Amino acid sequence: MEASRDDFVIAIRSAFIQRGNKQRFSLFFLLILSILLLVLGRFNFSAINYIKIFVKELVYRSSFIVSVPENYLINGYIDLKDHFIYYDHYQVLKKENKELKSNIENNNYIVSENERLKKIIDDYIIVSDEIIAKVLIDKQSPFLRSIIINKGSKDNIKLGMAVLDGEYLVGKIIEVNYTTARVLLLSDLNSKIPVTIEPEGYQSILSGTGKNDGVIQYSKEEISLDAGNTVYTSGSGAIFKSGIPIGKIREKINVIYFSDFSQLRFVKIIAFQKEED
Amino acid sequence: MSRLGKGRFLQKLLELGPVLLLYISVLNEFDFNYLNLAYFSFNFPFILIFYWSLKKPESLGYGLLFFAGIINDVVVGFPIGVSSFAYLLICGFAAYLRNITLRPSILKDWMFFLFTVLAVSSLSYSVLVLFFKFKLNYLDIIINIIFTFCLYVIFANIFQFYQKLITSSEKND
Repeated sequence: MEASRDDFVIAIRSAFIQRGNKQRFSLFFLLILSILLLVLGRFNFSAINYIKIFVKELVYRSSFIVSVPENYLINGYIDLKDHFIYYDHYQVLKKENKELKSNIENNNYIVSENERLKKIIDDYIIVSDEIIAKVLIDKQSPFLRSIIINKGSKDNIKLGMAVLDGEYLVGKIIEVNYTTARVLLLSDLNSKIPVTIEPEGYQSILSGTGKNDGVIQYSKEEISLDAGNTVYTSGSGAIFKSGIPIGKIREKINVIYFSDFSQLRFVKIIAFQKEED
Repeated sequence: MSRLGKGRFLQKLLELGPVLLLYISVLNEFDFNYLNLAYFSFNFPFILIFYWSLKKPESLGYGLLFFAGIINDVVVGFPIGVSSFAYLLICGFAAYLRNITLRPSILKDWMFFLFTVLAVSSLSYSVLVLFFKFKLNYLDIIINIIFTFCLYVIFANIFQFYQKLITSSEKND
């Protein structure tokens, strides 16, 4: 019994404390260093933050370069897949286009009326200059849903700015470096956005699921949602302006986003502020 | 002379293979997630680190592993240090298995790999959820562990073949 415990201790000591052949550091030393980094990072120690910023700048650029061959393969695969469904898409789009054309005229009137009314109620309707950014890293991690863009504090990117794909909301800025920034996508588990569900006008919170869809959470009353209801930002909490389209109800509380987050190449970054008279 | 130089260069390149593959995989997240297969994901660095730490520990420096972990944290968006801690723990587990094993077999390695991945993933999950208040999907992690475990045996055979290439190139020199 004693001997087997001794063997265990010797094996552990040899594995963790002794420096191996051709190793400059012992495992124990580096494990302690990792724990130290974690603890200091948890308490936002300033030196760690500087190291983080430096490493992030370096790694994001390197990752973009290393990903080039893989991205070629991925894009080729997506192009090939798209090629086989072009004709069906064309027929659907032709029909949609006809319907949309008839709606545009009505919408123009509604938009101008809406702007006029929002000015009266002092809503957030003024946007700052739009910044177009290229997506540097889009890894589709199974745990965290985020992308890295090639604009940072150098380009006046700030925390909390809205990130759009065309007119559709895709996420918000959660980390700003000098030349890069990280966008938390709406599909991430940690994403919570105040929304309005039209046409009934229900107020609620849209949460990511970690997959390619979202769920409606924390509604005050029992609400009955129909498939096809549209989800917009509500403007509550002064994070985003109201009325940015996000997605549609697929079934019950499940939301399918308008934008395909796996296909993001360029995104638009916008900050919203009150109009000054 | 030139032939000898070429042979040495090739041998050096082969020896650097695991490190290069590790760095490419952490910078690039080599996990086929873009295929959008429902629930499919696996942790390639875990397989690579465990295998090479077990079979040829001198091919992966601990310092390089530590830095690869930092890169992975930055790319994935985890707090700095989580992946380094996980990678080094895997190394420790593999070193322990190496020390206690007299007659190695792929089945024993595979079973110990399951224990290692479960222990290391549990620790990483606890640190992220309890210490950093991250919200992670538990089911996703379990599925990731299952796929990582299942794919170990395939990658272990590929790495074994690669290891034989290194050994034969060493003998030729």
